[in-house]
Amino acid sequence: MEGKYLTVTALTKYIKRKLSADPHLKNIWLKGEISNFKHHSRGHMYLTIKDDRARIQAVMFAGNNRRLKFRPENGMNVLIHGDIGVFEQFGQYQLYIQQMEPDGIGSLYLAFEQLKEKLHKQGYFNEDYKKSLPKFPENIGVITSPTGAAVRDIITTIKRRYPIVQTTIIPVLVQGENAPGSIADAISRANEETNCDVLIVGRGGGSIEELWGFNEEAVANAIFHSHIPVISAVGHETDITISDFVADVRAPTPTGAAEIAVPSQLDLADKINGMRRSLTRVITDQLTASKQNLNRMKQSYAFRYPEQLITQKEQELDKYMERLGKAYQLEWKRKYESLTHLNSRLVALHPRQQIERTDKELKQLTKQMTYLMTSHLEQHSDRLQKALEKLSLLNPLETMKRGYAITYSATGDLIKSVKSVSEAEQISVKLADGTLNCHILDIKEESNGRGE
Amino acid sequence: MEEENSLSFEEAMLQLEKIVEKLEQGDVPLEKAISYYQDGMKLSKLCGDKLTNVQEQMTKIMNEQGQFETFEVQEEE
Repeated sequence: MEGKYLTVTALTKYIKRKLSADPHLKNIWLKGEISNFKHHSRGHMYLTIKDDRARIQAVMFAGNNRRLKFRPENGMNVLIHGDIGVFEQFGQYQLYIQQMEPDGIGSLYLAFEQLKEKLHKQGYFNEDYKKSLPKFPENIGVITSPTGAAVRDIITTIKRRYPIVQTTIIPVLVQGENAPGSIADAISRANEETNCDVLIVGRGGGSIEELWGFNEEAVANAIFHSHIPVISAVGHETDITISDFVADVRAPTPTGAAEIAVPSQLDLADKINGMRRSLTRVITDQLTASKQNLNRMKQSYAFRYPEQLITQKEQELDKYMERLGKAYQLEWKRKYESLTHLNSRLVALHPRQQIERTDKELKQLTKQMTYLMTSHLEQHSDRLQKALEKLSLLNPLETMKRGYAITYSATGDLIKSVKSVSEAEQISVKLADGTLNCHILDIKEESNGRGE
Repeated sequence: MEEENSLSFEEAMLQLEKIVEKLEQGDVPLEKAISYYQDGMKLSKLCGDKLTNVQEQMTKIMNEQGQFETFEVQEEE
């Protein structure tokens, strides 16, 4: 059960969070009567705001109440802008007051604040939309009452500072019910019907009611949608209107607006003269510098002693030639050594020994062959001799020397048998020393074949 | 610097400022610098003339028909 109980702190923190999360309790516009007012010595204000039936504790911290334009008192009716919050220590909700105005003129104040917040949310005051003013305007539109101090201040200031600009008054009602419409319309007309390049919209000082036209949404819209940049100039420096927030530039007074709108002729003349002086100074400096440069070059070593340039170069050339010679020698030597080395290697590799060896082998072989051939020939020569001897022994001529003859037919065939010849046939008989041509007289055949 | 008379005061001032700036940067070749200088002096004279010699513009007031009339400041009584 213990876990179900909240601490007071936790509960209070929860309530505080609930209240601060509620958008209806933020940015509250509240009206009521002050009671129990106490201005603490440290600067904060503590008070109660009440009406007939209810009351609420309120606090206004020093940072906020410093801007109050009145002194709050008990019984005073006030308009308040603030938030609801919880003061944890006392467990009480209270109103944190940011702004407070006495009621009465306070209704205007309320309208002002509400319109300001609305336009702010719509981005009307956003810096991104602010147009920049022309540096040297040519035609200034002045949207104000054609009578009164404001228009006079603006025109005299412009004429004094920058008389070459064209000024065009677009007359409007600057107070009363019709003022907002009149001002808004003039801003649109200036955009459509004139060639103005900047607009001054404003009026002289007056009561808050008199200035009120410049707090109306119609005027704010016209300023916001103007293509021509707008300078607002309403009342005195302390008077701040919605127009001032929307305008591209806020001027503290109409005279101030004229000063912002145009440059001062005298300042410009000064500036132009200053630039003339700058031009002359810069060009003089540059000319002087160039002359000095030229002189320095004329005085330079090269111009005074031109021949030195050549001798110096010649020296350099000699140096280079020397270096070239040395380098050549060195390289030649290197190459030569390399060649010698290669040569010796080549010599070492010469096939002389191989040739000698082969030569020797060749000679050996030749000798051997000759020997073999010789012996072979000798051998065959012997055989031939013997054969010749044998042949000689076998020569029929030798036999014929011993009385034998060889008989040939007329056709030259050797006759070996009586049967191969016939009677009266002519034959030749070869003897050792000649031939007998004979006729066969008779043929006698012998049975044993012997020719006896 | 041709047609310099057709330059508006603003354009002339802008050109003049640019020329002074360029020259003050200092890295302009001499011949160019001299030509800039001459242009600059012409422009400064032009600006000065425009500023002082031009007739004072009349103030105008726009009437309800959108026409412009001359306007005189009424002195307070």
